[in-house]
Amino acid sequence: MNVTTRPALLDIAAIRDEFPILRQTIRGKQLVYLDSAASAQKPRAVIAAMVQAMESQYANVHRGLHWMSERTTDAYEGTRDAVARLLNARDRREIVFTRNSTEAINLVAHSFGRSVLRPGQAVLISAMEHHSNLVPWQMLRDAHDIELRVAPVTGAGELDMAGLETLLTDGRVGLVAITHMSNVLGTCTPAERIAALAHAHGARVLFDGSQAIVHRRIDVQALDADFYVFTGHKLYGPTGIGVLWARHELLEAMPPFLGGGDMISSVTWERSTWAEVPHKFEAGTPAIIEAIGLSAAIGFVESIGYDAIAAHEARLTDHALARLSAIEGVHVLGRAQDRGGVVSFTLDRAHAHDVATLLDRQGIAVRAGHHCAEPLMRRFGVDSTARASFGVYTTHEEIDALADTLARVREFFA
Amino acid sequence: MFDDLRDLYQEVILDHGRRPRHGSRLAAYDASAKGDNPMCGDRVQVFVRHDEGGRIAEAGFEARGCAISVASADLMAETVAGRTDDEVRELAGRFRDMARTGEAAGEDAAIERLRPLAGVHEYPSRVKCATLPWHALLAALDGKGEASSE
Ligand SMILES: Cc1ncc(COP(=O)(O)O)c(C=O)c1O
Repeated sequence: MNVTTRPALLDIAAIRDEFPILRQTIRGKQLVYLDSAASAQKPRAVIAAMVQAMESQYANVHRGLHWMSERTTDAYEGTRDAVARLLNARDRREIVFTRNSTEAINLVAHSFGRSVLRPGQAVLISAMEHHSNLVPWQMLRDAHDIELRVAPVTGAGELDMAGLETLLTDGRVGLVAITHMSNVLGTCTPAERIAALAHAHGARVLFDGSQAIVHRRIDVQALDADFYVFTGHKLYGPTGIGVLWARHELLEAMPPFLGGGDMISSVTWERSTWAEVPHKFEAGTPAIIEAIGLSAAIGFVESIGYDAIAAHEARLTDHALARLSAIEGVHVLGRAQDRGGVVSFTLDRAHAHDVATLLDRQGIAVRAGHHCAEPLMRRFGVDSTARASFGVYTTHEEIDALADTLARVREFFA
Repeated sequence: MFDDLRDLYQEVILDHGRRPRHGSRLAAYDASAKGDNPMCGDRVQVFVRHDEGGRIAEAGFEARGCAISVASADLMAETVAGRTDDEVRELAGRFRDMARTGEAAGEDAAIERLRPLAGVHEYPSRVKCATLPWHALLAALDGKGEASSE
């Protein structure tokens, strides 16, 4: 990310103190956790908020008339306010809770995809999507006669904007669904420009913010987005809670996704009517404790501030790119100008799984494989990569440990 | 630095992983099957040619995967040559037990040749790397095109 004025350094020691797990040793070695893009560790505030809710006030939401249920409903709905502020949504009713990003995208594919989109229209994704922003659209294509188009990615790992525009020109694209930051290449996509192009050609636009929201402030109004999704567990929150933000008028126009309790207004044998937005999309008992945890996670991120987080991660990423490219035989995938704290690489003569196993023996946790982005792997002519990804708690020393150990891994397989 | 990994990455494994002797499609074969590990993207295709007596004359493979899976495929191709399908099925069972527990029944030449792979049992996420080629081989012998994952 481009940071011109760099805010003061984060107090990393203090931040690390908030994450009890970072004190873990793995087979006698200090844990070096470089897999935050898969899932981030949880600060004490998140753990405490969830425990506290269960120990002091837990009950179901939106139904009990008793004190406990009222408190819990307030806390659950309070998370909706927190998310609305985080995204700068116009209206808290634009926030729908889901299990994760995957479910949020499936909700849009089912509901918007089968009612607002018409057979013969197209959905446009990019070649660097996570499977969760690809497979739901393939399913829609096959069930509903929607064409699926894929915007190309350049050799540098950036979105090919000219290619994207070409695919929009016939006016048949009804929805552009694109990642805001690649979980493989670290590339941040130019969301404002994508939204402007999509709208100019009559399409709606969805951003998969699963990675982006961890690294930068998201303003859905400034982006002029129509849908924005993210997942709590990558943002230092718990698993089981994700968010779909959508313009209120779109949510109003969309039919429910799942049917059941909590999402109805009235039910007879003949028919049911739907609850107001957003409850229409939240069938069944939601992830109450997890929503409360997400609120605490948002509070944690905001207390540090996105400017400081982005600056810290930019420094780490620069450092990682410099150290890794200095190792003979290491190849980093993608060299986007605008990028976040995710670095994928291959090592000559060693498969990514073997690299990961050797690193793991030194306590260094990285991800290895296709990162749920098989078509992107093929685009870059590799089967798999190793991936190091950074969070607020990542240190320069940890990146040095990775680079030093990688140099030894290279010797091992030489 | 990696001394404790020498149980897993023995010289034999590094050597066969790097320079497999049987890592190609056979010019002529009468059985073949693919094995896939969707979790990590490993993929192997095994080819087998039998002689008139019904014994395996030759086995070969094409693989995309880590050192463990390639070395396992190569040592497998080497050990199954000259054996009947039933002997191979029996050996595959013992190999699977060895990959999971580190222990193998018997001390015959075939299992001894495969013993360098016993170290994977300490790495639960890597056991499948070693067993994938065997699943593909059994699928080939059973006339199935794809190995079913465990
Ligand atoms: C870019 C991107 N999109 C979507 C997802 C899916 O997130 P989840 O599994 O929480 O739905 C991930 C994480 O794996 C991701 O990195």
